[in-house]
Amino acid sequence: MKIDKNTINKIARLSRIKLDGTESEDYIKDLNSILDWVEQLNEVNTENIEPLSNISSSILPKREDVSKDTNSSDEILKNAPDKLEGFFAVPKVVE
Amino acid sequence: MNNLIKGEKHDWEMVIGLEIHAQVKSNSKLFSSSSTKFGASPNSQVSLVDAAMPGMLPVINKYCVEQAVKTGVGLNAKINNYSVFDRKNYFYADLPQGYQISQYKYPIVGEGKVTIDFKDGTSKDIRIVRLHLEQDAGKSLHDQNPSKTYVDLNRSGVALMEIVSEPDIRTPDEAGMYISKIRSILMYLDTCDGNMQEGSLRADVNISVRKPGDKYGTRCEIKNLNSIKFIKQAINYEAKRQIEILESGGYIEQNTMLFNTSTGKTRPMRNKEEAHDYRYFPDPDLLPLNISEKEIDKIKSSIPELPDQLKNKFMVTYKLSNYDASVLTTEKQISDYFNQSINSDPDLKHNAKIVVNWITSELFSLLNKNNIELINSPVSPKNLGELVKLISINEISGKIAKDVLEDMFSSGKTARQIVDEQGLQQVTDQAEIEKVIDEVIAENPKMVEQYLDGKDKLLGFFVGQAMKLTKGKANPKILNDILKQKLNK
Amino acid sequence: MSKPSLKQTLKDLETKKISIRELSQDYLKRIKEKKNLNVFIHFSEENVLKQIDNLEKDNSAKKLKGIPIAIKDLFCTKSMPTTAASKILENFNPTYESYVTQKLLDEGSIFVGKTNLDEFAMGSATNTSFFGNTINPLSKENEPLAPGGSSGGSAAAVAANLCLGATGTDTGGSIRQPASFCGVVGIKPTYGLCSRWGIAAFASSLDQAGIFSHNVEDASILLQSIAGFDQRDSTSAKVDIPNYFENLDHDLNGKTVGIPKEYSIDGTPMEISQIWEDAIKVLEKKGVKIKNISLPHTKYALPTYYIIAPAEASSNLARYDGVKYGFRSDEIDSLDEMYENTRAQGFGREVKRRILIGTYVLSAGYYDAYYLKAQKVRKLIADDFNKAFKECDFIVTPTAPSAAFPLNEKQNDPIKMYLNDVFTVPASLAGLPGISIPFGKDKNNLPLGIQILGKHFDEQQVFNAAASLERSYE
Ligand SMILES: [Mg+2]
Ligand SMILES: [Zn+2]
Repeated sequence: MKIDKNTINKIARLSRIKLDGTESEDYIKDLNSILDWVEQLNEVNTENIEPLSNISSSILPKREDVSKDTNSSDEILKNAPDKLEGFFAVPKVVE
Repeated sequence: MNNLIKGEKHDWEMVIGLEIHAQVKSNSKLFSSSSTKFGASPNSQVSLVDAAMPGMLPVINKYCVEQAVKTGVGLNAKINNYSVFDRKNYFYADLPQGYQISQYKYPIVGEGKVTIDFKDGTSKDIRIVRLHLEQDAGKSLHDQNPSKTYVDLNRSGVALMEIVSEPDIRTPDEAGMYISKIRSILMYLDTCDGNMQEGSLRADVNISVRKPGDKYGTRCEIKNLNSIKFIKQAINYEAKRQIEILESGGYIEQNTMLFNTSTGKTRPMRNKEEAHDYRYFPDPDLLPLNISEKEIDKIKSSIPELPDQLKNKFMVTYKLSNYDASVLTTEKQISDYFNQSINSDPDLKHNAKIVVNWITSELFSLLNKNNIELINSPVSPKNLGELVKLISINEISGKIAKDVLEDMFSSGKTARQIVDEQGLQQVTDQAEIEKVIDEVIAENPKMVEQYLDGKDKLLGFFVGQAMKLTKGKANPKILNDILKQKLNK
Repeated sequence: MSKPSLKQTLKDLETKKISIRELSQDYLKRIKEKKNLNVFIHFSEENVLKQIDNLEKDNSAKKLKGIPIAIKDLFCTKSMPTTAASKILENFNPTYESYVTQKLLDEGSIFVGKTNLDEFAMGSATNTSFFGNTINPLSKENEPLAPGGSSGGSAAAVAANLCLGATGTDTGGSIRQPASFCGVVGIKPTYGLCSRWGIAAFASSLDQAGIFSHNVEDASILLQSIAGFDQRDSTSAKVDIPNYFENLDHDLNGKTVGIPKEYSIDGTPMEISQIWEDAIKVLEKKGVKIKNISLPHTKYALPTYYIIAPAEASSNLARYDGVKYGFRSDEIDSLDEMYENTRAQGFGREVKRRILIGTYVLSAGYYDAYYLKAQKVRKLIADDFNKAFKECDFIVTPTAPSAAFPLNEKQNDPIKMYLNDVFTVPASLAGLPGISIPFGKDKNNLPLGIQILGKHFDEQQVFNAAASLERSYE
């Protein structure tokens, strides 16, 4: 079994998703069966094969360094769940 | 040079590596068109891309890529024809995408080196591991509201060059010299404005200690230092902290530290993350970045004279020491000032050392005291040249010249004007000086007696008295000569 | 009433046989009648009427003037909220218009509403939506069927004639499979043909916008409208877009079709093998050369996809954190708690499952074994197609391994659900264009689909073959 309680907790924490007890049991089961299933890729010989990240064969397009007036704080903050004095607001962080 | 620091029980050596974050001097951000101007009102320079709105995609800024290449050339580094943008995944309030676009496995610039120069004339190479392009995060403000942290995304997405050194640095001073050398190169290249106060240049310091000859110890990383003074303070404090722990039998925990600028202390970050796992992977929204040799050559041909080249030129042309020449080339405005000053009069070429001294000690201290940038100096390079010229032809003494410079600084007058108006010309007339000396000797018979009894130190007293009478204008060499002659008669 | 056709409707509007208002009223009426299908996440009659008002005042000629179009609720739209079928985007009102929908607006089409989908396009039955299931319009009473997914709302909207065309997105089959389930035409173009700008991302290296329509002609007209280079999408292709409709050529004489042997899978229902054979026979009759080809890595496409897509998704969905927009939990004593509760409560189960899998395959110690391995196998899969296309002009396969299944089937077994995409995923990994057209029925009289795949940016060939097959089937 690849995913145990510890692992699921670790990746849930990395993903910032709180899991309750029964939920994590379910995910342990699901993830293990998915990982067992994808295991079949080990049958494929991939020696000297270049990994493919993006299918596009064109070259990375670049833009000119022109700054556009954004003047956007209203637009940017429009959908914010909590905003104060022109800022996004989140629970206080103690560093 | 002995770089070791004494602990209670052993000598210890610091091992230091720096990760410098230098903001690319560009109009717009690395992957979006919003402005990079400093000091705008909160969230007013944020595009939909910077705020990570759903469906927004990055498009790279060509100019930023060129500046990274340019900087790589300036760091004597290998430019990689192929590089890749990766996502570094972590959650933080001022990281809107939940990842930072950076370069991990394939950076745009590879190994390089920079040289730092010591006062004693020696130099040292610090090796560069890599330079890569990445996005800056936004800004979290923790002290605006009792229960909330505020987030401003104006910086979010600004282009940074991260320059990573090998752990070749051994002292806080070296660290300071290294970062000012990097800063100097960036500013000559004009790829970064070098403004540390505004955060355009900041450093993470990795530091460990070891007994000489031992292998590397466990290191801690002090985050986000934005002045050379703080870098040195932080290193000193952190090294001592580590030594104390080790000498009392403890071990160093690999930690990320924060430096408190008011207490001068480091402490581990409070919300200590469980071990980071950034899950780097190639950003599927971007394709690999290819730079051809032709493009690199084109950028190379646009590179101005760099500090090291200029330094060598100064050493050869003006017979300056390695150290003096390196001080002149720490900033472009300094070498420009020096150039203009020394070229203002053909005779000055032979007095280059005096020109350097008057710029880097007297003028700098006045500028510092008044908080003025060299570029805005009330004393123009030409006027400073004239002052040095007056000194070199013995028209005024060095001591008087200091007063003249102060006057020039506040009144804006030239040295010539001040010297003429106040009659500050040096007295070199033998007869006149003799007259004054006779007067001093006549007035202090007891002192003369003591001097003749062997109290050589009193010579200074007579010089002082004579200078007082000439209002400091007597040529000191002539004064000395005549005084000795007369006393020993 | 004759079979709906966008092409014919444009003519009727032009000759004033019908007005824009009359046409829309007709569609509005049907939309309200079919509310029970739960096709739309957002529908506002008022908004539609406003668009009609504006168009009536507009005298300029526009290619799609007055045509009712449904938009998958993954495209950000200014005039309507955008949810991606997720609670986490509750009340999100974009201040911007996606590239694709902007082009449709520029052509004068009318947006009737935002269609339902699997949450963040993760699913094959439109049953993971926060806003409930969509019901396949072909369902018999008391036996609701799934419309397929993830673009099930859009497929159903066309099938129920609630619009003359709809946008969809296809990451691993999310246009083609629901098209097949609902008996409509669905095309996923080449990766890079339509800009992804303004589409909430699922898996960036795979996501592609596409079209649902009543027939191949209409699809060719609509795809023409949404294709094109966009400098805001770095993976958008700079290619000339031919006029697919004008260039439609039913004559396939002399072409070669590739039939991949690996697509004969044990357990595929007999009817599906049958329609595949039928399609091949039709093509043969039309003078098409039949070429048996091999795509040896086909069986590895699904597991490859289920590593790569979740990996990208785990990162793409990190932005939904309750800070800038959308849902934020009430339990927020600290920043971390805010994140963890917001994301736990804001995402549904399938999305969380994929985020967790994606996080795992990218995490330290597992990257090489899973993610990197999958990227290498992806390369082999893409190479298989490149080789095959040296020997044929297009490829024909079934679209899905089954007809529409009952709504609640397969819900508890993720892998069983993933198998729905077995025929569509390989082309997604290779970035190839693919269309699904209705072709035959199963024993319950439910439609089945045939998939035609083409070379990169050879949508024209795909349309030609599809139009030709469609004609013979009708
Ligand atoms: Mg660092
Ligand atoms: Zn960095």
